[in-house]
Amino acid sequence: MYPSSFEYYRAESVREAAKLLKQHPGAKLLAGGHSIIPLLKLRQTEVSALIDIGRIADLRAINGGMIGACCTYAQVAAAGGLPAALTEAASHVGDPAVRARGTIGGGVAHADPASDLPTVLLALNAKFHISKGRTARVVPAIKFFTGLYETALKEGELLVAIEVDAEARGTGSAYAKLENPASRYAMVGAAASVTIVNGVCTDASVAVGGLTTHAWRSKRVAGALLETTLDADSISKASKRIVKELPDDLLGDMHASADYRRAMSQVFVERAVTAAAARAKK
Amino acid sequence: MTHTISLTVNGKAHCSVVEPRLLLVHYLRDVLGLTGTNIGCDTSQCGSCTVHLDGEAVKACTVLAVQADGATIKTIEGMASPTSLHPLQEAFREEHGLQCGYCTPGMIMAADALLRHNHKPSEAQIRQGLEGNMCRCTGYQNIVKAVQNAALKMA
Repeated sequence: MYPSSFEYYRAESVREAAKLLKQHPGAKLLAGGHSIIPLLKLRQTEVSALIDIGRIADLRAINGGMIGACCTYAQVAAAGGLPAALTEAASHVGDPAVRARGTIGGGVAHADPASDLPTVLLALNAKFHISKGRTARVVPAIKFFTGLYETALKEGELLVAIEVDAEARGTGSAYAKLENPASRYAMVGAAASVTIVNGVCTDASVAVGGLTTHAWRSKRVAGALLETTLDADSISKASKRIVKELPDDLLGDMHASADYRRAMSQVFVERAVTAAAARAKK
Repeated sequence: MTHTISLTVNGKAHCSVVEPRLLLVHYLRDVLGLTGTNIGCDTSQCGSCTVHLDGEAVKACTVLAVQADGATIKTIEGMASPTSLHPLQEAFREEHGLQCGYCTPGMIMAADALLRHNHKPSEAQIRQGLEGNMCRCTGYQNIVKAVQNAALKMA
């Protein structure tokens, strides 16, 4: 399968990429290409030009909790010091060859409702660093994912880094997914981050993916976990709340119906919270 | 507009003029005539087109040839000399790790990358490492045995 024709430009810096974006309306950014190339091949989208940002060194480095947008999933999976849910999710995206090329920034900017990282980054309250060349802004995860394949990124902007906080003692996170056996995309993905102080949960954040048009935060499950000891019973009770909290119209397809996904949401939220709690208690 | 790319494929330097939309797998097969790399699903799932790009196993159907400018590529043709077999190729033959053979080049390239990262993989690690490579003859048992056999040969 061939994509239709497009121009190709290679940017050597963020500023040059922003300039090229401005010069070429209808252009899209290319990093690892594992979202955009399949779309172009299937002719689900067309671009006038691709601007390759995959070789910009600044975007390919991880410094503490600051992850360059062009870091591959394999890099994120292998990096030390990142929250466990992020490492876990990155090591389960696609397969090894996909993880060797696909990038964290490309994946989240594409914002496929079934992808893993948006769910995790929402649960972790990540910050998205966006540049337009001379100007920059930071968007919190809750405002970054706005719709089906839609994000807060505006025309001419590029995502340069994603920032997550290191996990302090007493905090644990985890990701659990029901995956499509061929593509490994999440039919249901659940991410949780919990903090325990003196045996009691003082902070909890839970997000799900694969269910709605974009990564979705559950307030009711997180709220029900607070002030509990995060024992099996309280996790199970809290996780049940997701079923009614989810909106009426969930995603569904030949692989998993909307009703099945709704039923499974509770199971995978419970698994994610249970694993996160075990890590927080270590 | 076309672009000039320079890359090394199986130890040989190449310089070619390509359209941006040309995929690496088509470049290898149609421009260089290296037809050992197969095209299967064409949607980044089956792994038939797996080659090494700067030492990492990648799906050549999801890489543009222009992205490989300056890279070192290895395909199944670069695994052994024409008169010998690579230990993985020997092991696939010995263990009947192929039936129709369509997935085999990709399986071998993915297995080689797996064995470089992990010299002594467990059966589970082999299955996980090859999860992006599908065998529609469903010959997975013998493929796993072949990789185990090759791991011993290459140790």
